Amino acid sequence: MNKLPLIIKREYLAKVRNKSFVIMTFLSPILMVAMVILVAYLAKVNDNESRVIGILNESKFFSNDFVPSGTTTFVDFKDVTLEEAKDSVAGLGFDGLLYIPQDSDLRTVTSHSFFYSKDAPPTQVVERLENTFQERLRQERLQEMGISAEDFAKMDTHFEMNTATYSGETNLKGINEIKAFIGGGFGYLIMMFIIIYGGFVMRSVIEEKTSRIIEVIISSVKPFQLMLGKIIGTSLAGITQFAIWIVSASLLLLISFAVFDIDPVAMNSGAAITPNIGPGLPSVDHTMQLYAQELFKIPWGMLITFFLVYFILGYLIYSSIYAAIGAAVDNETDTQQFIFPIILPLMLAIYVGFFSVFSNPHGPIAVGFSLFPLTSPIVMLMRLPGGIGEGGVPVWELVTSIILLIVTFIGIVWLAAKIYRVGILMYGKKPTYKELFKWLRY
Amino acid sequence: MNNILVTKEVTKQFGDYTALNKVSLEIPKNSIYGLLGPNGAGKTTLIRIINQITYPDKGEVLFDGEPLKAEHIAQIGYLPEERGLYKSMKVGEQALYLAQLKGLSKAEAKKRLKFWFERLEIGDWWNKKIQELSKGMAQKIQFIVTVLHEPKLLIFDEPFSGFDPINANIIKEEILKLKENGTSIIFSTHRMESVEELCEYIALIHRSEKILDGRLSEIKKAYKNNIFKVGLETNNGDILLKGLTDKFTINTSQFDSVENQLNLTLQLPTNDSREILTYLSSKANINHFVETIPSTSDIFIQAVQSKSKGVNE
Repeated sequence: MNKLPLIIKREYLAKVRNKSFVIMTFLSPILMVAMVILVAYLAKVNDNESRVIGILNESKFFSNDFVPSGTTTFVDFKDVTLEEAKDSVAGLGFDGLLYIPQDSDLRTVTSHSFFYSKDAPPTQVVERLENTFQERLRQERLQEMGISAEDFAKMDTHFEMNTATYSGETNLKGINEIKAFIGGGFGYLIMMFIIIYGGFVMRSVIEEKTSRIIEVIISSVKPFQLMLGKIIGTSLAGITQFAIWIVSASLLLLISFAVFDIDPVAMNSGAAITPNIGPGLPSVDHTMQLYAQELFKIPWGMLITFFLVYFILGYLIYSSIYAAIGAAVDNETDTQQFIFPIILPLMLAIYVGFFSVFSNPHGPIAVGFSLFPLTSPIVMLMRLPGGIGEGGVPVWELVTSIILLIVTFIGIVWLAAKIYRVGILMYGKKPTYKELFKWLRY
Repeated sequence: MNNILVTKEVTKQFGDYTALNKVSLEIPKNSIYGLLGPNGAGKTTLIRIINQITYPDKGEVLFDGEPLKAEHIAQIGYLPEERGLYKSMKVGEQALYLAQLKGLSKAEAKKRLKFWFERLEIGDWWNKKIQELSKGMAQKIQFIVTVLHEPKLLIFDEPFSGFDPINANIIKEEILKLKENGTSIIFSTHRMESVEELCEYIALIHRSEKILDGRLSEIKKAYKNNIFKVGLETNNGDILLKGLTDKFTINTSQFDSVENQLNLTLQLPTNDSREILTYLSSKANINHFVETIPSTSDIFIQAVQSKSKGVNE
């Protein structure tokens, strides 16, 4: 049995020394960080763009409604024709001209107003103008109805349902989604890992077949040992890669944020706007605090433990299927027909997770998929941040799910090892499902 | 315990297809044993069973008197027909890895590899990658890896395919040296003539069954059919031929009147050639008189024919 470490070591080194692997490992974080910086930078540049809009107002309305704000300024034109105004706006390099015609009726004025610009105008600009018009029209209506602006302001009734568990703990709206999102992150990680490194396992098996070294090796070791060594070695290489990615990407991000002076918090859209609400500030702060508390209450230790359990079992199941596929075919192009059925449950798990578990983490669909072994590593992890036991995942579901996963793991690895054992010695055949089934009886 | 390997009625089926049907072999120690038969006869399946890559459905395999078990892998060296090496791995590293898989310690493997690399004059390949080597060069490495752990039994499946004549000769010499040092060797091939001169024993496999086995010289003796090739120098071929035809069975004859040379093949009733030699020497000058020994492939064809006749009857 002391041959297994040898195989693991070789598989690990073969993977880690591979040029494309090295390049991927070191280039990806740089590319990723570069993307983030680019996006952040572009957003910043976009926001900072100052706009000047000319206004030709022939009506008696809107005299005080267009006040410069943020990066947008307005320039009034007076006593010129529309054509002249257009010419000067174009000549001055303004971003557009708002034309408000003359009429005694506000509604006629608004419906005949035009915004002229060189190209189709940016949505933000148009939205801003539209908001101003809408506000003005609303005021007009209110006046007609005899309602004062103050009365109208009082009509704005914002209501949020208070929710609490039976034991009296305050529930936060959306916390389920946030929790599921965290679990979803773990699930997504598992899926990506399976697809990337399962593929590596498969290609490595195919390489051994095409280079014809396989028979030399399995005259020394059991095929099962080779398969297991390959899977473990490749996943260790994968974990190394992930670790390098996480460490270097976070370092790079920190450095680049410092260099480019980007506030990471401000990038969270929404967070930047909330402080402007003035009187709402303390309550928002309070809510945020509650969310933070809730996030701290997520049992991270438990979550990470089960992440590891589901990750290891799930990865072993899928990568042994990948190994069996690699053994069954002669080259990578033949793998398509077999890979699709593997990816299907993974995709299903992710989509079902995001659509069903988010809205109702303990509904029948969520429960079903978190028990079914091919989807449970992903779906169960989405449910787990809610905790175990009362208010969370019932213990029996967790236990059942893990037992089912272990049983499936043994079954699948056994089947895969059989296909692998026969497949690695089959050359020049493009196998069908029927044939694979036959191999199980050899 | 004179046999390194014994198979007893080994049977292997793949689904409905029988790859080996009750094959019993006895492979003597310190000999070269030829496992011969056309492609698809079942040779490779048998070898894979010996190497414990697959397992027989029925029957038994004894290695050095004991039932075959996992530990025996370290005492068997196998050069498969479908052979290759990791393309992007360095030669030395790869050889070390494969040697360690066979149970050698790293230090021991390194020592022996150095010895073999020098012996086959490939010492400077250690840090090259397999993809930089030619096919013949890679085969040399493969040979070294096969014999490095000094197994009791060596199995070569189509050993000389992929070698140029010079390298094939080097390898042949090495194999003979290994045999001298006490190793037992199995050659498996469909090109029967390629190992004829090397093998002391052979087994013929045809359509999953063993149709013939034993010491090669005895098999040849048994398959001799007393046909002789004769070359005579005479200036009167026609008369001589007529006289001969009356007394003996002549299979073919050809007279070259320019060279005064008469070539014949004769069929004698027994192996006793004294009578005809006396007769011929009284009539003409004998250039050559050779008993035709059937080649292994002739024997194979005959054995197959008689076997299928036996089945039909």
